[in-house]
Amino acid sequence: MIVADKKPIEEIIDIVKDFSKLLVLGCNECVTVCEAGGKKEVGILASTLRMYFLNQGREAKVDEITLERQCDHEYLEEIRDVIDQYDAVVSLACGVGVQFMAEKYQATPVYPGVNTCFLGATEQRGLWTERCQACGQCILAYTGGICPVSRCAKRLLNGPCGGSTNGKCEISKDVDCAWQLIIDRLKSLGRLDDYEKIFAIKDWSTDRAGGPRKVVREDVQI
Amino acid sequence: MNVKTPSKLEKIMVAGHIAVTSEVGPPRGSDPEAIIAKANLIKDHVDAINVTDNQTSVTRMCSLAACIRLKLMGLEPVLQMVTRDRNRIALQSDILGAASFDIHNMLCLSGDHQSFGDCAEGQNVHDLDSMQLLQTLRRMRDDGKFLGGADINRPPRIFAGAAANPFADPFEIRVPRLAKKIAAGAEFIQTQCIYNLDKFEEWMHLARERGLTEKVYIMAGMTPMKSVGMARYMKNRVPGMDVPDDVVKRMGDTPKEKQPEEGIKICIEAIQRLKAVEGVKGFHIMAIEWEEKVSEIVEAAGLYPRPDVE
Repeated sequence: MIVADKKPIEEIIDIVKDFSKLLVLGCNECVTVCEAGGKKEVGILASTLRMYFLNQGREAKVDEITLERQCDHEYLEEIRDVIDQYDAVVSLACGVGVQFMAEKYQATPVYPGVNTCFLGATEQRGLWTERCQACGQCILAYTGGICPVSRCAKRLLNGPCGGSTNGKCEISKDVDCAWQLIIDRLKSLGRLDDYEKIFAIKDWSTDRAGGPRKVVREDVQI
Repeated sequence: MNVKTPSKLEKIMVAGHIAVTSEVGPPRGSDPEAIIAKANLIKDHVDAINVTDNQTSVTRMCSLAACIRLKLMGLEPVLQMVTRDRNRIALQSDILGAASFDIHNMLCLSGDHQSFGDCAEGQNVHDLDSMQLLQTLRRMRDDGKFLGGADINRPPRIFAGAAANPFADPFEIRVPRLAKKIAAGAEFIQTQCIYNLDKFEEWMHLARERGLTEKVYIMAGMTPMKSVGMARYMKNRVPGMDVPDDVVKRMGDTPKEKQPEEGIKICIEAIQRLKAVEGVKGFHIMAIEWEEKVSEIVEAAGLYPRPDVE
């Protein structure tokens, strides 16, 4: 899933302080799972903003809506009838949702209420870690199912570097060395000999280097 | 192994001499005197001089410019190049730039992570990694081709080097990793600083068993320690460094004012021991901000005078 984290409340207040009719818009997908932008967080942020305006002696309306998704036309259409009631929207969706909102409702300013962080997994409640950088050309078949592009700080395809110590990355003792994990996994799979295959120079044109990407699937288009 | 480039370093090792290299770190400024002065301290005692490439990710004068400065002094530079800061266009371009000044040695590295340096908020590139940089260099040199496939007019003639750290984890892939670097095109290796001689010798033994010492010139990395503080720092704070307790203790048991001398002694003893290790073809002496000690170490280790192969 897409993992996001809350933006500091001060930053959000600074952006919306001059508006008086606000919609806080949540998303029921990834950001709900990572507890940054679902219905619960929409409620908390809306209450905090109401309190702020009250303390400032300001009359302001702060409404709450959480959509099934903000990255689909179908669900974003659900607010078409009410959008004109607001001066601005604080979207707690990922950066995709914020942008889709902005594209659809040209006349209403949309502000991000979260920082979109990475593609990751829930290791435990309150701990999400990165697993994928969407490079567009998956190599997991060759690296024992562990991704050096997202998990090695130098995205080395032929690691580990000389900084790997006791299974940890040179940047921090809290970060696993991806190549240690790859080697351990290749060993458990009885494939350690694969370590010596040199990984060829990667075509990064499917990564962000190639410019904005799109997937076109004519077979499923209507 | 036959001579493949005009590199003096290569000629020395092919002729069977124990080679000696050292290094200069470019300055945090544009004054060429900083390079010239350091190079003058070591030039008569080494065969070639490495120039580090923004080491520990701290922004410095560029390695290539500093190498050209050495070349203008009639010295033999080893251009260090990391994949952290440049993409494949810039790396190939700098290789050609180096070749245009007849720089004949290059060390291909990935480089420390930028979080250690003065631009921790910057991006890193790593379009290629160190193995792929070796492949790129060899392709440019041996096939006369760019990565894109076009022919190179006057291909580079550069002796291809790589680093090896026998002490990083996991140990079991340290020799396979050496084999991989050789397969990628490494012709000489400069190792991480060696303090744990037993472990280094074990690594060399395993490399010999696989016949790797017949395929690559291994230069043992040496860094004299100035104080017990430095020993502790290297042991505890520098990733991938293995400083055994007895080395720290030996420095610690020495009175403070005598510690620099003791550090030099430890370094000389290590060189003398490792000279006898089959497959060690040279020493790379990294006397960090202590270049004036290189001559003393080289002489005391019985590595002076340097051979003349020109």
